[in-house]
This record gives sequence, structure tokens and C-alpha cells, in this order.
Amino acid sequence: MATKKKPAKSNVSAEELLGHYKEMLLIRRFEEKAGQLYGMGLIGGFCHLYIGQEAVVVGLEAAASEGDKRVTSYRDHGHMLACGMDPKGVMAELTGREGGYSRGKGGSMHMFSKEKHFYGGHGIVGAQVPIGAGLAFADKYLENGGVTFAYFGDGAANQGQVYETYNMAMIWDLPVIFVIENNQYAMGTSVQRSTKSPSLWERGAAYGIPGEEVDGMDVLAVKEAGEKAVAHCRAGKGPYILEIKTYRYRGHSMSDPAKYRTREEVQKMRDERDPIEQVRDLLLTGKHATEEDLKAIDKDIKAVVNEAAEFSKESPEPALEELYTDIYADEVPQEA
Amino acid sequence: MATEILMPALSPTMEEGTLAKWLVKEGDEITSGMIIAEIETDKATMEFEAVDEGTMGKIMVDEGTEGVKVNTPIAVLLEEGEDASAVPDAAPPAAAQPEEKAAAPAPVAAEVATPVQQADTSPDWPKGTEMKSTTVREALRDAMAEEMRRDETVYLMGEEVAEYQGAYKVSQGLLDEFSAKRVIDTPITEHGFTGIAVGAAFGGLRPIVEFMTFNFALQAIDHIINSAAKTLYMSGGQMGAPMVFRGANGAAARVGAQHSHDFAAWYSQVPGLKVVMPYSAADAKGLLKTAIRDPNPVVFLENEILYGRSFDVPVMDDFTIPLGKAKIAREGTDLTIVSFGIGMQYALEAAEKLAADGISAEVIDLRTLRPMDTATVINSVMKTNRCITVEEGFPVCSIGNHISAVLMENAFDYLDAPVINCTGKDVPMPYAANLEKLALVTTDEVVEAARKVTYR
Repeated sequence: MATKKKPAKSNVSAEELLGHYKEMLLIRRFEEKAGQLYGMGLIGGFCHLYIGQEAVVVGLEAAASEGDKRVTSYRDHGHMLACGMDPKGVMAELTGREGGYSRGKGGSMHMFSKEKHFYGGHGIVGAQVPIGAGLAFADKYLENGGVTFAYFGDGAANQGQVYETYNMAMIWDLPVIFVIENNQYAMGTSVQRSTKSPSLWERGAAYGIPGEEVDGMDVLAVKEAGEKAVAHCRAGKGPYILEIKTYRYRGHSMSDPAKYRTREEVQKMRDERDPIEQVRDLLLTGKHATEEDLKAIDKDIKAVVNEAAEFSKESPEPALEELYTDIYADEVPQEA
Repeated sequence: MATEILMPALSPTMEEGTLAKWLVKEGDEITSGMIIAEIETDKATMEFEAVDEGTMGKIMVDEGTEGVKVNTPIAVLLEEGEDASAVPDAAPPAAAQPEEKAAAPAPVAAEVATPVQQADTSPDWPKGTEMKSTTVREALRDAMAEEMRRDETVYLMGEEVAEYQGAYKVSQGLLDEFSAKRVIDTPITEHGFTGIAVGAAFGGLRPIVEFMTFNFALQAIDHIINSAAKTLYMSGGQMGAPMVFRGANGAAARVGAQHSHDFAAWYSQVPGLKVVMPYSAADAKGLLKTAIRDPNPVVFLENEILYGRSFDVPVMDDFTIPLGKAKIAREGTDLTIVSFGIGMQYALEAAEKLAADGISAEVIDLRTLRPMDTATVINSVMKTNRCITVEEGFPVCSIGNHISAVLMENAFDYLDAPVINCTGKDVPMPYAANLEKLALVTTDEVVEAARKVTYR
């Protein structure tokens, strides 16, 4: 991690800080539970956990306003929880049940919520970047003042369509924040092995897009950068890039043995930089909460996650008729 | 309460594994996220992390044990205050077994010996409507202009669509009427602008994406298929991409292999897409207007050679043709010729030649390829008992192949001859004039096929 540790911000209320703590903890506990359900065979296919990266989405959601949009890759559970989607609906989609956000037809990588302005959940690396710019294009066209967060990883940052999108976003002054979640590994390939660029956000300079690097283990630093980026977009100045340095504790997906890095590297990050522990320290040292308060929060969140897990097991599998629904938005006769 | 730790599935295909190594022992304090064991799956050795907190009460499967089935209890975790006596002697069955597979859906039985199918045979416009000679190019432009007047969210984007007035002049005049906000020149960047258009459709607009030719849309096909066609399904019906992808498709003249590909069969294969390929100017106009209003992604395949050709177009305030409705372009009794797009030119010419020899061909213009009006084809073949198909695309996995299969399943007993597919040749399009001519389907080939199926 090249980022420096920033001092704790004083411009945050105890209530906000507690809120961030709860939101990050919910994501962590949810993902641990998802990992467990995967191990039990209740979740199939690919399942990409967000553990370690919680401060990124929680910090940026704190900077967003109602009506703002977000779109991301297949590592999407954290984004969904952070924008207020129901843990029960997310978990039930992971188990492929009727109660899931896509009624079991999308799965871990493909989930959406029109109500919460969450536009997926995309399984093709980098495809969400022009889609995010397109959402911003629609906002600008409709003059509704919205801003879109287009999240992608350090791996996607090498896709050509990202740079095609940078170019057009700048030509058309689109209100889109390109959020590079640099967790340092594209599956098993480290950033150092995939690019000679010293930093990813600086590539925006070739298109005239401003940006900055952010400490993604510090939720307050992320929030502050997010507010700046949102203000830039909202003022009609066009796109902005945030390269958020973060770290994924778990493998790329559940089936990744993660032999491309040492156990010590991961443990060091957990011990020294954990985003949740950092906020926990701030809460305790600032006397905003007691150990008992935090224990109670932990218990509440565990209950929410357990309830989601129970729901995801009890919700029935989709009806067999669902195979043929939602292919077209209107009635299309089946072929002879 | 004591918590059982179960043998985990650590890959999509794992059913059992080897408990290679325990990294904790009985009595150890366990925290969530702690790596407690190494497990060998069918692919790799994986670290296994604890989810719950507590004290390791009992290790029930020794390290080195092979063939441990997924979901077998392998250890028991004790909560604060519990001791090992809480561990039951005999492990109860695993708490959560993977759900049993749901009963397989009943196979959809092929409908055998179908009687006459319901086909929409209504005329496209009322009898006596005033007609006006219009080029396909103007018809397409008029369709876009009318729909843009009707709906503020409809906009056009693509290379050279605005200031240049369209590479093939299809968008002539649109910039003047609708301004640069709604008629948008893009850089040469198909992958990117197609993705942006899909996002704009998710965001509430109705984009028309013009590809200078569909050959270049190959750079964008990921967004057409993975982003536009599949999202409605993947979102459980919450959101889709109401938009049109249009442009010149298939061979023009002497532009070689990379500029001459007919993609009709490719796109027609994809659930979630609708595919239109008109021949006449009236169809181009009526179908494009419908495509723009359609709530789904529509691939609209035009043809450069047809752009300049004139046809009668009805003079009506709001002339539309429903998608999925074929047209009987010429009635006949001896055989059915099914075609679409520029293939119709060969089909109609052949029908004319055949008529001179006393063979009466019924010519069907599919117009929409997905959903396909197979009912009209089947009904016609039940009458004529013979069928040939005509298209410019490649022969393998062609639209004609599909029609042959549909007829085998639905009108087998009515066929008096095998269906013949007339297609472009199975070669990349050559540049040399004589070879190009040879590579395309010809009227003579259609006539020959017609004689074959009628044994005349």
C-alpha cells in the first residue's frame, strides 16, 4: 500500500461514524455468511466476496444523494448492501431462490434494483464502465442532476472500452465518477505484473479527466474524496476518477486458493489496516461508543445476517414457468 | 449452543475432498476469519476459514482423511461457557443438505402434424391508401424523424450521423431538426459508444445506435448480447434495454471480406433480441417505427445496395408494421420461396422467371427474423408442399437451416421434396468482381433449386 494513513477527521459526527461502522460490519458479516453458505453447497457457481474492501462503498455511498446511480462488476454484494438493498433479497438471489432480487435468475454476479438505482452486477470485466457513462448520459439528457458511480477494478482498468469511455465522457461532460477499486490483484495477477503505469488514475490525464488516489481502508478519506468528486460532477464539470487503494482478504472467488500472495501479506493487512477496526478504534478512543455498545451492534448485525440466511434457505426455488418469463418486455409468441 | 463445522464445498464442482491439515487443535480460541484447516479440492489446496467464534471443542475428522463428503461435520465449536461435554457423541446429520434437485421440467413436446397455424394475414395498410415512391434511405430517415418527434427520449448516435448527415446519408436532415443533443456524432469507438447507449437505455432513454456497417458492430457485440439482450432476464424483469441497433448489413459491392458479412443468423440466435431485416421501403419505414417503440433491444439489419432503391410507401399519419409478421409478397401454388432482406430480390426475380415456365411460386418475405412468423411459412408449405429458402449469408447454421428444421417438425407430412437452402457460398467474400459474383446467391441458383423441388 502506497497510501499514507490520514488522521482521523473531526468533521464527522459520532452518529455518522457509528453508521459507517454498522454498514461496513453488515457487509463483512454478510460476506462471511455467504462464504459459509457456499461451503454448504447452498450457493453455486461463482461467488466473489468483498471482505476487506468495505470502506470503499460505504464511504462513497455516504457522499451520494437520492437518485444517484451505481453500477459495478461481479464483486457486487457490498455495493448492493451499501446502497440500501435488502440483505434478504440479496442472499436469496445468491441461493437462487424466488425471493432473490432477480427471482433467482441472475445469481451472485447479476443483480439489479431499479428502486435503489443499482444497475448491476455485470459479469463481463469492464463492460459496466461504458454502461455507467451511459447512465450519466441519460441523466444529463434528462437534466435530472444525477451522478453515476461506475465501479471497476484494477483488472478492468486495462480493458480498451474503459478508455473509449473516458474519451466520450469527457467530450460530452458526463456526470460520472469512475471508481477504480484497486485491490491490487486481478484474479491472480498483481498490478505490478499487469501494467508499468505507476498509478491507474493518472491515465485519465490523457483525456483531460481529473482524479486522485484515495486510501480505501479509511472510510472517512473515501467519503471526503467522494464528496469532492460528486461536487465536481454535479457542477457540470464532467467526469472524475477516484483510484481507491484497497485490499481483498479472500480469494478472487470462492474457488481461488490464492497462491499468488503470502498468507503473511494478507494477515498484515488485516492486522494493521482493517477498515472496520480503524473505525472501531475511533469510536472507542473518541468515547463515542463503549465496548458494550459495539457488542450490541455486532449482535444486531449477526441477527440481520442470520435472518437473511434463513430467508435465503426457506424461500422456494423459482417456479418452473419462470424459465420462459422476462425474456422480452412484451408478449412474444414462442416459436412453432 | 455448540456449532458444527461442516466440510465445505470450495469450488463449483467439489463433492468431496481431503482434509489435508488442521491448523488449530482442540481447546484453541477461534475467531471469525481465522484459517483453521487446509482442504484439498478437486483443483487445489484451499485454506478454510472459520465463520463463527468460540473454542475448538472437538475435531471429528482427522487430518489426512481423504474422500470427506461435502457437508459432513468435521469439528464442533463451543460457545463461551460451554465445555466439551456439550459435544454430542454421535454427530447428528449435517444441518443443511444441498437442496434436492427440483423435478426436471416436462420436456416441451414437439408439436406433431400441426394443423393450419394462426397467422396474421391482415393487410399492412388499408385498401385505397395513397402511395408515394420513396427510397429505402428516405423511408428509414422518415421513420426516425417521426419517432423522434413523437418521443423526446428517442435519440440517434453513431459515426458521422450528424454533421456529415450519415455515411450513407440515412440521417440526412436530422441534425437540423433535432439539434446536436439528439443527433450525436461519436468518435470511432463502437465498443464504447454501444455500451454507453445500453447504459442510456437502462437510464430511461430510447437510443438508436447506427453502425456504419454491421461489420464494425463485431467490436460492440458484447454489449449487444451480454449487456442489452440478457439484462431483462438477469434482472428478473426489472430493467431492460429498449433500443435499436441499426445499419448496413451484408455485402455491398467490391468491398471485400471484412465489409461484406451478413449477420442475420448470428443475431437471430439470441433470446432477448428481436431481429428485423426489411427489403422494401414501406417495410423499412413501418418496421423501424415499430422497432423504436419496442420495449426490447432490436437489431435492425439494412442493406447498402437497397438504400437507393425506390418502393411505394403508403402516405399515412402513423404507418407501422408489427414485428413478427411475414408478408406474402407474391401468391403461388407450386412451391414456397422464403426470403428476407436483399434475398427477396433474387426470390422475386426467380418467381418471375419460373412463372414464364408455368411454375407458380409463392414468395414469403419474413421481414422479421426474431420472432419469426413461422406460421405463415408452414401454412404456405401445407399448400404448395415444397419449399426453398434464399439468403445472402453463409450456409452453415443459416436462417434457411432453421426454417428447414421448423418444416421438418411441423409440416413433415406435407413436404413432397427436401427443403433446399440457397445461400451465399461458404467462403470469405472475395474482392475480384468475377469471384464476388460467384460467392453471392444468384437468381439462377434460386430458379434451379425451384426446379429441383418441383421435379420440373
